[in-house]
Amino acid sequence: MAILVNQDTRLIVQGITGHEGLFHAGQMLAYGTNILAGVSPGKGGSWEMQEKIPVFDSVKLAVEATGANTSVIFVPARAAPDAIYEAAEAGIGLVVCITEGIPVLEMLRVSAYLQNRKTRLIGPNSPGIISPGIAKVGIIPGHITTRGPIGIISRSGTLTYEVLNALKRSVIGVSTCVGIGGDPIIGNSFIDLLPLYEEDPDTDKIVLIGEIGGSDEERASEYITNNMTKPVVAFIAGRISPPGKRMGHAGAIIEGSSGSAASKIQTLENAGVKVARHPEEVVDLIA
Amino acid sequence: MKLHEYQAKHIFSRFGIPVPKGKIANTASEAKQIAAELGGKVVIKAQVLVGGRGLAGGIRLAKNPSEAETLSAAILGMEIKGLPVQRVLVDEAASISKELYLGITVDRVLRCPVIIASSTGGVNIEEVAQTTPQKIIKVPIDPLLGMRDYQARELAVGIDLPRDQWRAFIEITRNLWNIYTSQDATLAEINPLVLTKDNTLIALDGKITIDDNALPLHPDLAELRDLDAEVPEEIEARKYGLSYIKLNGSIGCLVNGAGLAMATMDIIKLQGGEPANFLDIGGGASADRVAAALRIILQDKNVKAILINIFGGLTRCDEVARGILTAMGEIKPQVPIVIRLVGTNAEEGLKLLAGSNMSTAETLLEAAEKAVSYARGGEHGDPG
Repeated sequence: MAILVNQDTRLIVQGITGHEGLFHAGQMLAYGTNILAGVSPGKGGSWEMQEKIPVFDSVKLAVEATGANTSVIFVPARAAPDAIYEAAEAGIGLVVCITEGIPVLEMLRVSAYLQNRKTRLIGPNSPGIISPGIAKVGIIPGHITTRGPIGIISRSGTLTYEVLNALKRSVIGVSTCVGIGGDPIIGNSFIDLLPLYEEDPDTDKIVLIGEIGGSDEERASEYITNNMTKPVVAFIAGRISPPGKRMGHAGAIIEGSSGSAASKIQTLENAGVKVARHPEEVVDLIA
Repeated sequence: MKLHEYQAKHIFSRFGIPVPKGKIANTASEAKQIAAELGGKVVIKAQVLVGGRGLAGGIRLAKNPSEAETLSAAILGMEIKGLPVQRVLVDEAASISKELYLGITVDRVLRCPVIIASSTGGVNIEEVAQTTPQKIIKVPIDPLLGMRDYQARELAVGIDLPRDQWRAFIEITRNLWNIYTSQDATLAEINPLVLTKDNTLIALDGKITIDDNALPLHPDLAELRDLDAEVPEEIEARKYGLSYIKLNGSIGCLVNGAGLAMATMDIIKLQGGEPANFLDIGGGASADRVAAALRIILQDKNVKAILINIFGGLTRCDEVARGILTAMGEIKPQVPIVIRLVGTNAEEGLKLLAGSNMSTAETLLEAAEKAVSYARGGEHGDPG
């Protein structure tokens, strides 16, 4: 069974009555994801998606009524930290936050709060998770990937789609693809997910898509050296990005001497990871 | 968003951190006036948002008001690392006994704020960290608990601060922490924090960076943005919600998604070209946004070719193609353009573009190759 998102996924959509939430709930449902409920404070008792999905005022009520174990968050940045706390408090095991623009200080508090809880947070600023052919949680388009043995962990959105699409063109499928988000402070990082792929019978090889900023790729390299038996291939975006500038993603910034692509590529290669020079080359390296 | 030194010092002062008496001057005569008011020696400091002002001659000591005027006139005419000096801060000169460092930033690995202090201040702290790491004391802070006084005391001990200064140091640290949290800073730094000859601690220079994601919560801080210090194209891009960064190459880039935009720049370089910019057009490449992006890219006269790279996920490529055609009709760019559309309805999109005089490419590698060749003045599909 696929990791994180699979046949056992029982999903609620926080912010289901918003424009984004409603649209993507429809997409997820069409892909076969088991959506049990939506949450929208003040709209409890109503129904969405042709009267198929009940809406609740709180995550707690939704969980009590449906036994949901996963939540996806589409609420605006101002309300998103609250939505994460609420989901964790209600006992949701996997929270996927799509929202972009949450202040760093808010995320530091969220991260500290979650440290001693069993809730796993993916994102924020994440495109979500897809286990092709089974289910998807988030906004990754379903038709650009098929089921297969490659696991993907990525800090990016469309760059991930690019790699998924290139793999599909070469008839290479994916077990589970996780977009961990482009913010400086995120829930799960590479090292939190690599062990899941290592244990996952559906996954033979892993693609890691990183970018400038922070040192998550360096820490992943260390983890790979010490713990991974499955081959890992990587692509790192931002080889020629200037230091001190935020490259679109809040987390993509070279600060002083830390976070450069060169350092990430070097440590990954030292860990035996093949690093592609451009996204399409990932296909050649993984084949 | 970075604040100027004088803006940071206003905030320091509001939160009870001692700063030298001083005022901002837009002209040399204003600087003379301020120097006269302050009496005695003053320091004239260029207000630009880059480091290394001192080495560039942007910080000078004036012995009297007329020298303050002469030096200000010289500094106000300067450019420091390409940025024109529009204002100078005229500060009362301090008698320095010791220069320290105190700063708060985010530790991305520990996922918490860290307060950093050093007995070596007034220099680039990154260099201190590399050359003499033992002189850097770091204390991680639990973001749910906030800074406690014992943690500031730990720093004071760590940098060998005399005991009679602990109380003042703890108060400054607590106030800096209050600034960091209440203003949603990602960096709040006093460098140097000076111990004067009459035994007081004072913030001689300061840096505050505000989290861009938090600016909507702080309209007062958003107003402090210095548009003179920014590239005009970057200001215009912000108006349209586009993420644009000007670079020095000749190939304009228009891409949806930040990671893909970086990867596109990288592949241009890999093919021997130089990108003119980073531009993330965001979700849904509508005609309006494409037109705005093209206008901004074309303001840069170095641009000799444009590479448009759009991945249609939920956005359909045929819609994107229509948007591009509408925008082209409006802007009529005079430089060759390579377009790559991938993903949903890419074939339909490419068909729509076939009639135009734009060149298309299937792979990213091919697109980059073409753009590089056009930028060098090579053959391209533009008959005009």
